[in-house]
Amino acid sequence: MTDSAMRELADDPSSRKRFFKMLGGAGAVSAATVFLAACGDDDAADSPPEGAAVNNNKSDLEILNYALTLEFLEAEFYDKVIASGLVKDKMVADLAKKFGETEQEHVDALTATIKKLGGTPVKAPKTKFEETLEKGLEETLNTAATVENLGAAAYLGQAGSIKNKEVLAAALAIHTVEARHAAALNHLVGRGFSGDGELSGSIPTGAFAKPMDMAAVNEAVKPFLA
Amino acid sequence: MASSRLVAPELATIKVHGMTREAFLMRSTLAAGAAYGTLSATGLITKALADSGSGDVDILNFALTLEFLENEFYVRAAKQVNGLSKYESDLTKELRDNEAEHVDALTATIKDLGGKPASKPKVDFGGAFASRASYLKTANTLEDTGVSAYNGAAPAIESTDVLAAAGSIVQIEARHAALIRLVREVAPAPRAFDKASEMQAVLDAVKPFIAA
Repeated sequence: MTDSAMRELADDPSSRKRFFKMLGGAGAVSAATVFLAACGDDDAADSPPEGAAVNNNKSDLEILNYALTLEFLEAEFYDKVIASGLVKDKMVADLAKKFGETEQEHVDALTATIKKLGGTPVKAPKTKFEETLEKGLEETLNTAATVENLGAAAYLGQAGSIKNKEVLAAALAIHTVEARHAAALNHLVGRGFSGDGELSGSIPTGAFAKPMDMAAVNEAVKPFLA
Repeated sequence: MASSRLVAPELATIKVHGMTREAFLMRSTLAAGAAYGTLSATGLITKALADSGSGDVDILNFALTLEFLENEFYVRAAKQVNGLSKYESDLTKELRDNEAEHVDALTATIKDLGGKPASKPKVDFGGAFASRASYLKTANTLEDTGVSAYNGAAPAIESTDVLAAAGSIVQIEARHAALIRLVREVAPAPRAFDKASEMQAVLDAVKPFIAA
């Protein structure tokens, strides 16, 4: 596949669907094909490589499964927020719905990529958002902002460790979407652009975003895992 | 992790480890070849690997040109656009200052790598500042273009430190884009996967703003 054809797939949903059909898929998971396309479509990529390449896949798979866990967490949270009926404002409700759908697309794409690389996708974690939701809308939106800022920082923290350049490209395409979500939610909850307080470490304090490593992110999301 | 030191002051001191460019290239070429075979690499990556080691500086200069453009855009907007709310005016200044920091950091990084920083382009934003709406619309375009430019170029970066720096900047560009979009009352994150544009597509997109 040529580079421009890959771009077209990434840019055009109908062309993604066509590509997915071409692969013999059901056509339901259109976004996943962005990743499939990003991972190359030559047969060699399907068979497990040897030597150093196995280690490359192993560490990339660990990162992808870590990202998948975070995306599961985010998708599940938006589902619960919408189901709770807490959000009455239409603009905020639309945003939550759209963000939730996007996180689900990330889940699908990461799952497909992990399989493509010969790995086993992790299962969705059991989450614990009830306490947050019980505290009301403000706490809920604040938590959404926190989780999105963590997500952006988590992707940024892994960028330098991803071995496969095409997995990197895909992770970057998700990274900036998490950042957009984070910025929108920060704005909604009145944290302003630079943010402060409890978010220090997971939100930029100016012109340069801060990465977080895996241990710090896992620690930060612990309260939301059952 | 190397990237954990990527906060503003450290950005200016990024070094490409103790390795020569040649050693770097050799390593990435071998790794890419071993893992995926040369056929599956995209054109951009293949080109970067084939280059004589100047790839990172070229990418950084490309980014620097965009940051110059964005910074000057907000410098002028802050002076010329009428009818902005207090928040919009504050946001404009914050973005202006962020882009100036990006210019400084990229310039310093290019010098550290032994490269020559691109000079500031002469710009012409036409009627962009004639109204609040046209200013915000152009800002939206510039920021989204910035995100797609970094995302498109980043996988071709050889140094993990330079990659971390680019990642730290592109996340801010994405936040800018979302905030400008919110002000315009359009979706802050319209796509599940942000675009990755090739250099030429980005240059075509910004060409109207570069004065002859």
